[in-house]
Amino acid sequence: MNWDRFFDIPSDLQHSWLGLIGLHLREALLPVLAGLVISLPLAQLCVRFRWLYPPVLWVTTVLYAIPSLAFFVLLIDYTGQTELTVMIPLTVYSLVVLVPAIVDGVRSVPQETLAAAKAMGFGPVRRYVQVQLPIAVPAIIAGLRVATVSSISLVSVGALIGNQGALGNLINDANIYNRPELALNAVLTMAVLAILADGLLVVVRMLLTPWMPRRARTTPKADRPDAAAAALEDAAR
Amino acid sequence: MNLFHFISDFFRDGAHWQGYDGIPTRVGEHVQYTLQALGIAALIALPVGLVTGHYGRGGNALAFIAVAGRALPTFGLLVLMTLMVGFGMVNVMTPLVILAVPPILVTTYEAMRSVDPSPVDAARGMGMSEAGVLFQVELPAALPLILSGLRSGAIQIVSTATIAAYVSLGGLGRYIIDGLYQRDYEKVVGGATLVAAMALATLAVFWALGRFAVSPGVRRHG
Repeated sequence: MNWDRFFDIPSDLQHSWLGLIGLHLREALLPVLAGLVISLPLAQLCVRFRWLYPPVLWVTTVLYAIPSLAFFVLLIDYTGQTELTVMIPLTVYSLVVLVPAIVDGVRSVPQETLAAAKAMGFGPVRRYVQVQLPIAVPAIIAGLRVATVSSISLVSVGALIGNQGALGNLINDANIYNRPELALNAVLTMAVLAILADGLLVVVRMLLTPWMPRRARTTPKADRPDAAAAALEDAAR
Repeated sequence: MNLFHFISDFFRDGAHWQGYDGIPTRVGEHVQYTLQALGIAALIALPVGLVTGHYGRGGNALAFIAVAGRALPTFGLLVLMTLMVGFGMVNVMTPLVILAVPPILVTTYEAMRSVDPSPVDAARGMGMSEAGVLFQVELPAALPLILSGLRSGAIQIVSTATIAAYVSLGGLGRYIIDGLYQRDYEKVVGGATLVAAMALATLAVFWALGRFAVSPGVRRHG
């Protein structure tokens, strides 16, 4: 391994190291954001109409079972070898984590709390935005953490469909030019990005839920033997 | 031509069904990688998850391991291992096992923690040994969730074993990677379809496992 050339990025990537990081974050985080925007109303529908939840879970689970490389490849026919081809599957994968997380979070709001809000004259919309969502924040953030971390690592697979992997392209180059230090650089950079993003989300949760104890458990309290934990873990690939 | 033409052309072509690069060979390789990696991962993660879950200690350490394991990109690890160790099974198995351990470990721990404490106390009160409590009371009750952890580990391995083809190994990824290089889109789509089908088959296997292995009393409803 040639340590001197650790940051010596091959010119065919047409980016500096920092440029690759920016590209990587864009390709990884935009899909999670899109996933959140889609899953908030979708989850609300699932809470409203209970019969809707099982089919939605089924569809997302089946879509989730499509491997990322296969998903990318199947999309090439429609979206070409572009960033969009990488971002669409990542959006779908983040839905799989976020929808159950939000549904469980919103459903976990105690009836008494809802009744109290109603008695104070809150309409359904205000009740959702000002009572249910804030109480669901820890569950939503837990989902976002899993989605974000796996999204950051999955972007790299985009390198296999023609230079759409940001830091993953560095891994590809490491293989082509036989320069292991580039692969190590990419692995470490992605790991650090993922851990930083994860930590940032924990901070966001603390800011959004000032009423919770500072040293909250990292895993949701194990009082729900059902979907929550399993569904969260499902998305970690 | 659309996707469905590619798919039907791929599967109709007799050349894809036999020999060294035939569908049965590639499916066999893929199944072999998956079972091997899942076996190793389960051997590591299940005992640790069961014991830590039983005693309720080490949850934070496990959560940390899960984040760290998830943060390591499998594709990068695979290439890095290949460049450093050379070609072989070790460099494919290591990233796949690292990928599958966190979900199995964390889900097993959570599953053991979520077992209703009153039957556990009752079993202790009846004089059952710790091992008896663990294997005869907690394990059956936690089984559905443990299976779902194994399921997500298995699905992740099936998906990611595709990438093994990038470092000259076999499996279904061969079609995708070779097809991309040869600009043979039919092959690419055929390979992708096969992988997706195999992932869905894995879902089905675990659904059946849940039906057979989980005692009716603790089966999840809905």
